[in-house]
Amino acid sequence: MSSEQATAKVAETLAARQDEIVRGWADLPLFTTVYGGQHDESMAEAGRLLDALVELAGSGRTDDFRAPGFAAVREVLTRITSERLRSGGDLQQVLDEIGQLRQPVTAIFDGHPGAVTVPAELVAVTELIGSLRVVAVVVLLGESDEVVARQRMELMEISTPVIRLWEGIVAVPLIGTLDSVRSQVVMESLLSGIVDEQAAVAILDITGVPMVDTLVAQHLMKTAMAVQLMGAECVISGIRPQIAQTIVHLGIDLREITTRATLSDALKYGLARTGVALGAGG
Amino acid sequence: MDRIPILRLGPVLIVSVQGDLADAVAVALRHDVGEAVSSGGITGVVLDVSGVAIVDSYLGRVLTEIAADCSLLGASTVVAGLKPAVAITLVEMGLRLDGARTARSLEAAMAMLGTSVAPVPFATPFASAEGGP
Repeated sequence: MSSEQATAKVAETLAARQDEIVRGWADLPLFTTVYGGQHDESMAEAGRLLDALVELAGSGRTDDFRAPGFAAVREVLTRITSERLRSGGDLQQVLDEIGQLRQPVTAIFDGHPGAVTVPAELVAVTELIGSLRVVAVVVLLGESDEVVARQRMELMEISTPVIRLWEGIVAVPLIGTLDSVRSQVVMESLLSGIVDEQAAVAILDITGVPMVDTLVAQHLMKTAMAVQLMGAECVISGIRPQIAQTIVHLGIDLREITTRATLSDALKYGLARTGVALGAGG
Repeated sequence: MDRIPILRLGPVLIVSVQGDLADAVAVALRHDVGEAVSSGGITGVVLDVSGVAIVDSYLGRVLTEIAADCSLLGASTVVAGLKPAVAITLVEMGLRLDGARTARSLEAAMAMLGTSVAPVPFATPFASAEGGP
């Protein structure tokens, strides 16, 4: 039997025994962990996956993942795997569970009239080659994960420069959203900037921060308190009107922290605090 | 190290804590500072903690209590030279060293106490005639 004939036969058999296979699949962890107790949903999703496989086998391009039939497979698997990864499942687990799809199908072929017994060695070799492919994919994924992590670190570093504006005055212009990791980095680099410059005033400029919620405000408060513990004063500048409204609306009390509308106002305040007199034009 | 030395410089006491402070030593320090301040003539206490790399909640509380003791006895407390990591730890633990003022170095703390009884803006050694960078 040629391989075209074989795949055509697979398509035929899969289509003929659809109900049986779908029932077997729907009880597998790949579907049950995503759809929980909803058996009907599980069945429907397994059905969609099997339909896509039937179509693929029919087209004879089972080995070419760029074949049009794989679009439907991809759609179902994307839904399932992204849900699994979100809920904390790892790659290995999902791969194992996809492997379990094989058993209900092979069970059918084993009992099929006219089934040819495939030598166990051949099955083993096929599995080995399959594993090789998976290893290659996992390695590639791991490398790109590393690249993303490294780039995130680099972005973190370049996005929080501590600038010396004057003797004893340092500033950090914050651009982009503040999350807890980033605000931790900001806090650390600002504090070591204060030590390095022996600064008396530290300005946090939030002109580039798109929104301030209670969490961001809490991060700002913490940073300001740490700055005060270091013996310097913290000034928050660049508060846009909308953000001021949000802060008031949320009932966040920033009264303990000096705030100014713009970075230049904050600098002026800092200069006054450090005893630098400005000329008439300033 | 059983006891931390307390130096007297005019009306100011200087306590320099080097290395990690064991609980028993911290308690002894609180006692000694109290005794020294109550001996009279002391208006300020500087706790130089620039040599402390690790704090726990207990030490944070002892520092706050020393500050409270001193202000009851009529001396103001300045905690000087907190390291960034220590400052972050205190903030994360929600300790704010209420009652103590902070300075970035022993020198700044001395200037702070030397010039003021009431709070002053900043002890700035560079604030003289030179006009910046």
